[in-house]
Amino acid sequence: MRIREHPILTFPARRKVTFFFEGRPLEGYEGEPIAAALHAAGIRVLRESPVLGRPRGFFCAVGNCSSCLMVVDGVPNVRVCVEKLREGMRVERQAGKGNLLAAVGGGRASGLDSGAALHGCGGEEGA
Amino acid sequence: MLNPQVMVVGAGPAGMSAALAAAEWGARVLLVDLFSEPGGQLVKQTHKFFGSRGQYAGTRGIEIARLLGEKVRSHPGIDLLLDTQVLGYYPDGVLTMERSFNGESEYLKARPRRLVVCTGAQERPLAFPGNDLPGVYGAGAVQTLMNVHGVKPGRRAVMVGAGNIGLIISYQLRQAGVEVAAVVEAAPTIGGYAVHASKIRRLGIPILTSHSVKEARGERELEGVTVWRLDERWQGIPGTECDFEADVLCLAVGLSPLTELLWQAGCRMVYVPELGGHVPWRDEHQQTSVPGIFVAGDASGVEEASSAMVSGRIAGLAAAASLGLCPCYRELAREAHAQLEVLRAGPPGEKIRRGLARLGEVARAC
Ligand SMILES: Cc1cc2nc3c(=O)[nH]c(=O)nc-3n(C[C@H](O)[C@H](O)[C@H](O)COP(=O)(O)OP(=O)(O)OC[C@H]3O[C@@H](n4cnc5c(N)ncnc54)[C@H](O)[C@@H]3O)c2cc1C
Ligand code: FES
Repeated sequence: MRIREHPILTFPARRKVTFFFEGRPLEGYEGEPIAAALHAAGIRVLRESPVLGRPRGFFCAVGNCSSCLMVVDGVPNVRVCVEKLREGMRVERQAGKGNLLAAVGGGRASGLDSGAALHGCGGEEGA
Repeated sequence: MLNPQVMVVGAGPAGMSAALAAAEWGARVLLVDLFSEPGGQLVKQTHKFFGSRGQYAGTRGIEIARLLGEKVRSHPGIDLLLDTQVLGYYPDGVLTMERSFNGESEYLKARPRRLVVCTGAQERPLAFPGNDLPGVYGAGAVQTLMNVHGVKPGRRAVMVGAGNIGLIISYQLRQAGVEVAAVVEAAPTIGGYAVHASKIRRLGIPILTSHSVKEARGERELEGVTVWRLDERWQGIPGTECDFEADVLCLAVGLSPLTELLWQAGCRMVYVPELGGHVPWRDEHQQTSVPGIFVAGDASGVEEASSAMVSGRIAGLAAAASLGLCPCYRELAREAHAQLEVLRAGPPGEKIRRGLARLGEVARAC
């Protein structure tokens, strides 16, 4: 569902990259928010709510509401409406609150001082 | 630790104007925004701006963002820090930030001598069954998805709210090739300007006044919206339901100022519905109750972009003046206040004038 023609806007050519949604390869543009690439592929259910397990999509698109938390490269609670897409990213739906310690212990080589770990901290506190 | 003389949070029209005004008088300014481009709300506004007497009226929002952005980027006194979210304000005057790049991020701190908060506003949600279904969005989110990222939110939309934002985004949905089934408005009259409403009507889109959403339907995603008529007490009338097939429901039911940093800093906050909810008390220099912390734009009360630019300019000048940098402050501030008065004149500014009067009264009462 990309906009092909628009009376006012033109969208600059960007580099196509492959990423993985629940293991399935998809294409998107480098640097666009992950949520935009998923939407373009028709995927709007991004996670399940922690208590009732209801499907959730995004709501604000600007990183304010935490509706869009997903697991990205093994790290939970990433706001995919603002996180930029890169080649080879592994994106998964998040069920529940997401386990930060498992994500860090689970082998992210860069460890706690990495940016991804910081995202996780932000999410846990807010949950 | 970064030690700017003036730190401005938010690079929308208010923040960019504040940064430029302070830098004009020689202040070293740090301007921070969580987005990758300066411009705030303007980066997604493809329509020509209203505000006939204000600056840049008749120019598209995206163009205003580009013009101001170029000035900010080329000013030697301004450091622009993008992709950086300000996280918190601490009692010793330190602000913490997270800057993202290439999938990693770093943690930064700043202790500015003066702080100008221009964080804008966020969209309000609306309570009805099914409002959490994927496919129910803030109208601004849909605008960002379409006009910044070039992606359609779905095939067929229902818009809630016939203020300017609801009307403008309905039009922009059509421009992007998304069908609009109806615009639903709880009030008995259309809130937005007549020019925007007639554009929508010319496209054959019905505007249902005195109507609201009863329920959003769908299994895993939005499939349909039930609306119903409201009585004079804004209660739904059973038997008046009407179903629309839709995979997109946009909420354009008002904005609330984004004021977390001001609460954290202990600024005195006042509830003024006309200005969008809780807003910081401030004096005529845009200074809050905490000396050295200034506020401007939608964060100080939801208004529009021209007044955001002018209040930003006042805040930037005042911050510079309080550092002894702006000897002509009085005269320049007087000019800016005169511009604000013009922008807030007439019927469209009535609500804002009422809100500001209330803010003044509350201040005097305490
Ligand atoms: C659909 C629509 C149509 C509009 N049409 C018009 C029009 O025709 N004419 C008109 O005059 N006005 C119009 N407006 C209103 C106008 O866009 C806003 O009033 C104006 O943008 C407010 O400016 P601002 O600088 O206060 O806030 P914003 O433009 O909202 O900018 C705030 C900035 O702060 C940043 N930010 C927030 N929190 C943080 C944080 N913690 N850390 C870092 N950065 C942060 C945000 O990323 C953003 O860039 C319209 C608005 C909408 C939604
Ligand atoms: S949709 Fe609101 S934080 Fe991502």
